[in-house]
Amino acid sequence: MSQVLIIAGKEWRDGMRNRWVLATTGLLAALALTLAFLGATPTGAVKVSALAVTVVSLSSLTIFLVPLIALLLSYDAIVGEIDRGTMALLLAYPVARWQVVLGKFIGHLGILVFATVVGYGIAGLALLMTGSEDRGAWAAFAFMIASSALLGGVFIAIGYLISTLVRDRGTAGGIAVGIWLFFVLLYDMALLGGLVADQGRMVTADVLNVLLLLNPADVYRLLNLTATLDVSGFAGVAGLGAHTGLGPAALVGALVVWMVVPLAAAIALFSRRQV
Amino acid sequence: MHQDVVVMRAVTRSYGAQTAVNAVDLTLRAGECIGLVGHNGAGKSTLIKMMLGLVRPTSGGVLVLGEDPCTGVAARARRELGYLPENVALHPSLTGAETLSFYARLKGQPVARNGALLERVGIAAAAHRRVGTYSKGMRQRLGLAQALLGDPRALLLDEPTTGLDPALRQSFYEIIRDLRNNGAMVLLSSHALAELEGQIDRVVVMNRGKKVADGGIAELRSLAAIQPRIRFRATAGDDNFSDWAAVPGGMLERSCRECDVTTILRSLPASAQHIEILRPSLDELYAEFQKGAA
Repeated sequence: MSQVLIIAGKEWRDGMRNRWVLATTGLLAALALTLAFLGATPTGAVKVSALAVTVVSLSSLTIFLVPLIALLLSYDAIVGEIDRGTMALLLAYPVARWQVVLGKFIGHLGILVFATVVGYGIAGLALLMTGSEDRGAWAAFAFMIASSALLGGVFIAIGYLISTLVRDRGTAGGIAVGIWLFFVLLYDMALLGGLVADQGRMVTADVLNVLLLLNPADVYRLLNLTATLDVSGFAGVAGLGAHTGLGPAALVGALVVWMVVPLAAAIALFSRRQV
Repeated sequence: MHQDVVVMRAVTRSYGAQTAVNAVDLTLRAGECIGLVGHNGAGKSTLIKMMLGLVRPTSGGVLVLGEDPCTGVAARARRELGYLPENVALHPSLTGAETLSFYARLKGQPVARNGALLERVGIAAAAHRRVGTYSKGMRQRLGLAQALLGDPRALLLDEPTTGLDPALRQSFYEIIRDLRNNGAMVLLSSHALAELEGQIDRVVVMNRGKKVADGGIAELRSLAAIQPRIRFRATAGDDNFSDWAAVPGGMLERSCRECDVTTILRSLPASAQHIEILRPSLDELYAEFQKGAA
């Protein structure tokens, strides 16, 4: 285990050095603050919690941004080190290949968790200082931060899988962008189009559940937009969530599966790869 | 002192139709400094990568410090192994000292000794600068420092002196000699045999994946059967050297068997000047072996 932590620590330090940590934290904090203060202004008269509005808008932003950051962090992790030649040296040390993948994963996940917790946390603190909020909205906010980190973990794991599959860094980058477009934009468009065309003949509620679980970004969306009644009240998609019958536990479980399976596949592939 | 550090038996590695290493038998012992020589693509790096377990042999067996390097238990053996890759790549954003402590921790070595190690390879002054700002020579020295971590019993150095200036090269060989004298096995790969002259106990010559020669330099000389040549400058009037060939510079030259050298020298006239005995240089020797195998 210590080998895993040594590698994770090195990855974290690399992230600090090349300003990844600073840049992502700053970006997330800036966007969260903007949304918290500008996005929450129309709530005054209707007496809805500004924090609840922030959770909805921030989670919509997270779906675009966090997978992108996660893929950018990770697509290069394995293939890049092989390309540059640092991997051959690392593997000549007493480390197993699974320790290399897991260690790097933990390091990258640490960077992303830090960025979301601190970046979004700053926005939360700012809201706290400007007015009191009810406890329910705070729970939803904390839950949103935690699930954003989990979503990041999913896409880091997917990035690692890409990184062990391909032979050069350019291909890995291209596939990463493709994966991002697919899960974040195309999948939902196709799903909506399908639903409209189908008019509920083939796509039953159960089929829709499965289709939603097949996209980690949708799982995250459902998780946050339906997490609390307060939030789901004014989230556009919330009506959908009410019919899915997928509880938060099942959704969190789905995200964990989405993280563990690609990571395990990456480890298995990397163990067999020639360096 | 004569235990086998690396044992390879009939090792073959092919990439598709191309055979990078072809049925190589090789034994490297403790306390030996071995030169692994061959032109680019002769299979030197593949051979070293198989010793490290980075590349699996297509057939044949490899044992390094008593373990198969491709298995999980080899982690123990790798603690006692130092490796310097060809064109060593290090993480540019870490400083020299950080790089070394990262590798020391992975090897389970105390970080406290790193300062002395950086001193030994001569980059203590740059220890707190980022590796990205290092020159090629400095990176190579840092690469050597990480290979020396934990006093390894086996050192595998892939083209360690390319890009080093001559002064550095000498200090590099000094360090290697110390290690060898302390009982470590040192493998140096190079594409030029001449560069290794005086540094190695044994030479292994590779050509297109095959081992074409293996032995001491003197042994290789007699195997290659290149005859020594004797040269001298004759003064005017000595013309009874019809079996000698004239070479530029007014010298006369002839080749002979090693055992006849003394007799011929004795027969030279007292007026002979600038007497030279030319033995095949390592490069000629190497060329001869490459020719023989082709």
